[in-house]
Amino acid sequence: MSLTFLSVSILVLGAYSFIFGRRRVRHLSARVDVKQHSLDGYHGAFVMACVVLPAFSFAVLWSGFAPLIINDWLREFIAAGSGALTNAEINVLVSKAKALHAGVINARFVGPDTVEAADYFAGLLEMSSYLRATGAIALALAGFYFSQKLIAPRFAARQRVEKIAIWVMIGASAFAILTTIGIIFSLIFETYMFFQQVPVLDFLFGLHWSPQIAIREDQAANPGEFGAIPLFAGTLLITFIAMLVAVPVGLMAAVYLSEYATHRLRNFAKPTIEVLAGIPTVVYGFFAALVVAPLLRNSGADIGLTLSSESALAAGIVMGTMLIPFISSLSDDVINAVPQSLRDGASALGATKSETIKQVVLPAALPGIVSAILLAISRAIGETMIVVMAAGIAANLTANPFESVTTVTVQIVVLLIGDQEFDSAKTLAAFALGLVLFFITLILNVVALRIVNKYREQYD
Amino acid sequence: MTDTITSMSVSAALKSPESAARLKARYRAEMRFRFYGRAAIGIAAGILIFLLSSIVYNSIPAFTQNFVGLDIELAQDKIDPNFSNDTEIIASADWQGLIKASLRREFPEVNARADKRELYDLVSSGGGDWVRDFVLDNPQSIGSVVRISVPTSDDIDLLIKGLIDRTLPESDRLVSNKELVWLDHYTAQGRVHTQFAWTLFTSGDSREPEMAGLSGAFIGSLLTILVTLAVSFPIGVMAAIYLEELAPKNRITSIIEVNINNLAAVPSIVFGLLGLAVFISFFQLPRSAPLVGGLVLSLMTLPTIIIATRASLASIPPSIREAALGIGASRLQVIFHHVLPLAMPGILTGTIIGLAQAAGETAPLLMIGMMAFIVDTPTDITSKATVLPAQIYMWANNPERAFLPKTSAAIVVLLLFLLTVNATAIYFRKKFEKRW
Repeated sequence: MSLTFLSVSILVLGAYSFIFGRRRVRHLSARVDVKQHSLDGYHGAFVMACVVLPAFSFAVLWSGFAPLIINDWLREFIAAGSGALTNAEINVLVSKAKALHAGVINARFVGPDTVEAADYFAGLLEMSSYLRATGAIALALAGFYFSQKLIAPRFAARQRVEKIAIWVMIGASAFAILTTIGIIFSLIFETYMFFQQVPVLDFLFGLHWSPQIAIREDQAANPGEFGAIPLFAGTLLITFIAMLVAVPVGLMAAVYLSEYATHRLRNFAKPTIEVLAGIPTVVYGFFAALVVAPLLRNSGADIGLTLSSESALAAGIVMGTMLIPFISSLSDDVINAVPQSLRDGASALGATKSETIKQVVLPAALPGIVSAILLAISRAIGETMIVVMAAGIAANLTANPFESVTTVTVQIVVLLIGDQEFDSAKTLAAFALGLVLFFITLILNVVALRIVNKYREQYD
Repeated sequence: MTDTITSMSVSAALKSPESAARLKARYRAEMRFRFYGRAAIGIAAGILIFLLSSIVYNSIPAFTQNFVGLDIELAQDKIDPNFSNDTEIIASADWQGLIKASLRREFPEVNARADKRELYDLVSSGGGDWVRDFVLDNPQSIGSVVRISVPTSDDIDLLIKGLIDRTLPESDRLVSNKELVWLDHYTAQGRVHTQFAWTLFTSGDSREPEMAGLSGAFIGSLLTILVTLAVSFPIGVMAAIYLEELAPKNRITSIIEVNINNLAAVPSIVFGLLGLAVFISFFQLPRSAPLVGGLVLSLMTLPTIIIATRASLASIPPSIREAALGIGASRLQVIFHHVLPLAMPGILTGTIIGLAQAAGETAPLLMIGMMAFIVDTPTDITSKATVLPAQIYMWANNPERAFLPKTSAAIVVLLLFLLTVNATAIYFRKKFEKRW
């Protein structure tokens, strides 16, 4: 029974039990002369919750974990069937059997053992979905049986239903925590595996990055070098260029819009700048790689500069453009939060408007602006598509913005696109880079939020 | 006494030429500052206009496509030798062969193998599909010679659109002199015509630019967004209700709150790594499937929805809650009967904006393989699929010259899609927004 069909069946059972619960309590109340505790609907909802929730959770959990067990059994079956095999060979046979079962490859091209394994796999799958359906329906029926027995005119159905609803909502809130735990554990686990193969210090402080490892054993063995300093340097270079664009433009735009602009200009310019924030990053990447980079290279050639076609400059400028609305809207908020009395005081002392802004408003708003910049830096470090499309792949350790550099996110994408094997240092290196990325952005965000909170308290 | 002297000297100092010069300098600084502000807005708006216009300009050629009318001999023995009239047998005929035969008849002087190959390159290698569709629609035409329009190959298409300069020396141009002669033969007879490029919207991906379309990626995007909506909307709204309305203010809830704010700032590619390690490597879910893509994007969208929902719930005035409590509603009845319905427009707006962000996201989907070359339109959430932004990424990486306009056109389609979605959100907000 497919999961869709099973879910529909459970929902149908649930709808039926809702109607049943409502009818049942009405029927019971009609016979006795007591005041019913809860409305009819709550009795119905109680029975429905007892039918749907356990059955549905069971079906979802089973669908999540059964494939793991089936996979293990299939491996054991293959390992037992054909003598001594290495892990890699078993993996190949497992995926062949699965492909055969899915109909991607033809039975003529695999051995009889694999056909047998595919049959075994199909049998397991069928049994699994059969057990899932049986278990879920059994749970639904058991829930129905026990909950309908509780229904009585004085039964506090509303309280029960509300309790269940609150627990479901707590579960939903825990989901956010689960996501974080999932991120941290998956990153840390793979990173730990990576550091089994490559020393931590070589990774963090090594100056050479060339993660080409022999995929087959007979290839010329190149151990691969995993010194991440060139990636960090490249990321910083592009981030720096982006900030050179985004901070002055974003900040000045925010100052002008909040201090000088007429209502009409503000109503027009603010949404226009915010459109920049709504453009998908892949579009910026395309713009950087196919419009800005050639433009820069040609104009560079006109004045005698040689620019690489994947220069850090093009990626940085476009990334800065992407961050303009980010900086301007955050700074706009903090500038508006500066009390009017400070401006009035400065004006009373004879300061011009720009002097007021430069010497009173901006210093007062400084913590907020700093945190906006930190948040923008964190965005820039984690931004992927622009650099994947417009920056290079080769890890050059250079501070020259006309040359091509690579970044942490580019390397994560490069390492993971294509086939991955979770035991090769190449794949695992991506997770180590991801962990570094996660922690740096996390620290930047925490610091930025701290600064904002501290600053807010001052004027409230 | 000293006071008068000082004030006298101050007023004297104010009238001095040095003072006037200082004042002038200060006003100049003021004007400069204003100019910087205006320049900043101008730069931002200018870049936006440059970006959009360069993409729209590049995309224009992709919305039209050139066809050439070929006289094709629909010989019975080549199409349906046994007179079976069976659509499947007819559909599997060698249509490309008929096109080649037609080209050879048109130019009998072409004999060398290399020349023939060049001649065949005049029309798209997928042109057979057009002949097939024509015959399936008009089965009575079998056995006659019919003029059927088939798409030109991508290079010829670019040449007709003027994107390949025919005045260049032959070695610098993608189209050879011979091809120019052949093409001019058809042009002179008025057999080359331009049409709106429906292919862009009706067909799936292809290695041939003139055959490539967005329908597969569009359906893939829709399926992915559907999964995202189904997962993130209920969970996000429930979590927000709990945190905003019900949760006791203690350590655990404050940890959850900080955690949600931090999740909103985690780089999207990290969510891709999570999806790869958890959904694909651990739970063995299928690669490249909208199911996994949707799950990854829901984890990303969840904080957006939670934050928007909480803001929307918080904006409902306490008087409503108090009135409901006052007439005896329980806390949950207050929320579900009164607060939530009133907060719904705001929640929906936040959700739509979150989904629009998810629809434009690429990086995490690259990690889980949603950039595979997939010709077929996906049918369900576990079949292999790609999404619009990933399609743009793949086309942008394709070295064929004709993919540049195609990519721009795909971006225009994506931006129009996002514009529609966001406009819907703004419409919702304007229509249902209440000021308390």
